[in-house]
Amino acid sequence: MENKDSSKISRGDLLKGIVKKGGLMMLGGLPWAAYVEENKEEEFVLRPPGAVDEKKFVESCIKCGICVEECPYDTLKLAKPGDDALTGTPFFTPRDIPCYMCTDIPCVEACPTDSLLKDLVSDDNNDKYDINKAEMGVAVIDRKNCLAYWGIRCDACYRACPLLDEAIVLNFERNKRTGKHAMMKPEVNADICTGCGMCEHACITEKASIFVLPREKALGKVNDDYIKGWDEEDESRLDSNNIYIDKNQVEKSTLDYLNDTGSLLNDE
Amino acid sequence: MMSNLSKYRYLILRRIVQITILVLFWGANRYGWKVLVGNLSTAKVLDSFYLADPLAVLQILATGTIISLDILIGVLIIVIFYGLITGRSFCSWVCPINIVTDSAAWLRKKGYGEKGNKYLKLPKSMRYYVLGLALILSLVLGVAAYEVINPIGITVREIVFGFGISATVLILIFLFDLFVLKNGFCGHICPVGGFYSLISKFRLLKVHLENDKCTSCMDCKTVCPEVQVLGIVGKKSGDISQGACTNCGRCIEVCEDDALRFKFF
Ligand code: SF4
Ligand code: SF4
Ligand code: SF4
Ligand code: SF4
Ligand code: SF4
Repeated sequence: MENKDSSKISRGDLLKGIVKKGGLMMLGGLPWAAYVEENKEEEFVLRPPGAVDEKKFVESCIKCGICVEECPYDTLKLAKPGDDALTGTPFFTPRDIPCYMCTDIPCVEACPTDSLLKDLVSDDNNDKYDINKAEMGVAVIDRKNCLAYWGIRCDACYRACPLLDEAIVLNFERNKRTGKHAMMKPEVNADICTGCGMCEHACITEKASIFVLPREKALGKVNDDYIKGWDEEDESRLDSNNIYIDKNQVEKSTLDYLNDTGSLLNDE
Repeated sequence: MMSNLSKYRYLILRRIVQITILVLFWGANRYGWKVLVGNLSTAKVLDSFYLADPLAVLQILATGTIISLDILIGVLIIVIFYGLITGRSFCSWVCPINIVTDSAAWLRKKGYGEKGNKYLKLPKSMRYYVLGLALILSLVLGVAAYEVINPIGITVREIVFGFGISATVLILIFLFDLFVLKNGFCGHICPVGGFYSLISKFRLLKVHLENDKCTSCMDCKTVCPEVQVLGIVGKKSGDISQGACTNCGRCIEVCEDDALRFKFF
């Protein structure tokens, strides 16, 4: 392109050159593409509050790190190559530093790209921040190693939770082994838990027995065949998901099926 | 001594600018300074407006994402500043990678590196293909593809957010430039430099040659990282107008005959 005698190159040669170089680049693009693909498929990453869904997030975050700088607790880090998040994007590791759920949410306030979206962490009128709306993840309890499930008294996570008695509740049960003690088993309410990770941070076992996972990883999903008929909100799933059965099509295909005697008579 | 110093006047100034910018970013993270917050991909200036890397934003747009007005204005400022005023000066006055590649070029000139590009020949235009590919991959993969491997971003983040400089990328680039290809990374591969080359053709600030003074010593050509732009040296007076010139001013300061100078307009 910056070749001095480019004027002497015929158009055909130029075209050939472009095709050749383009081809070479495509070849070089393969490992590049593979690396990018592999780097962006980190599925267990926890994002700051208000983050749009992961697929959108890796598209739109410009990796400026302003959220990181605004966070007063140094919760957020920008991923470096080798971290479990797309290089350059912010994430947090609650076992090291959880999100302390600032009520003024400075990280969200500062994001210039709407990758952290105010609407997702505001009250219903969208005029005041409500950090309790955050869905960074959801805490999951490993009942095998949680000491409270052994019958040992520990409520570290319960007390650490900023939504105490809402996001984590303690279920009292008789300790059948001793016959005279109570068990106080923590249980997470996934509808309320924000995934801040203060519980994970506080857990006293060597490796945390309560930990935050991305909601898509930790939670199942029920299709519209099952609706809580007693719950108005759940019933609204029917409208919003736009279940529309085209009767004509169904009848037609059923009739077709019944009329299709050909396959019955056909012995092959 | 004085004359010696004046032979490096732009170089020294450039290093000061490059390092100051990094220090300001670093201080923003460390002490909450508000002059430049963020990093070279997007920065908030004086708590009032943004600057944004046009290539990073192009890649984001290629993924099909709508970008906020703040950022678009930031891109516009950058494009006008470099494209219409100071040219590809991002490379020589701002980008920290330039310190590394300049050092490699300097050692090469001293005779330490490999001589004469025996191992690899790449066309200078390669960076435009990398740029094109970056956009295509962003479109296909749904993530700003070059930003994942961009050594500028990786390095600046390491310095500013203080995960310590792992330096792997820097060392690779250094060795590549020293032993494999002269001006290898910045002159052939980096699509950021490529992007600024593409938009800088009509800049106001240019190096100007007065050929009457030129003794054809070719000192300028030994220091220039983009030698091909100095085609007119020893031939005819005029502006160094190709976009690839980084306005580093090295040619000006090494010229013993005062034949080169910066010219505005
Ligand atoms: S809400 Fe506060 S603690 Fe949590 S990430 Fe944002 S700034 Fe940090
Ligand atoms: S402030 Fe927004 S765009 Fe910048 S790194 Fe954080 S999430 Fe990404
Ligand atoms: S992550 Fe843990 S501490 Fe935070 S809201 Fe959920 S249960 Fe409570
Ligand atoms: S070519 Fe790229 S790496 Fe080199 S100085 Fe310019 S922007 Fe920086
Ligand atoms: S022509 Fe001069 S100013 Fe331009 S890149 Fe070469 S040495 Fe630097």
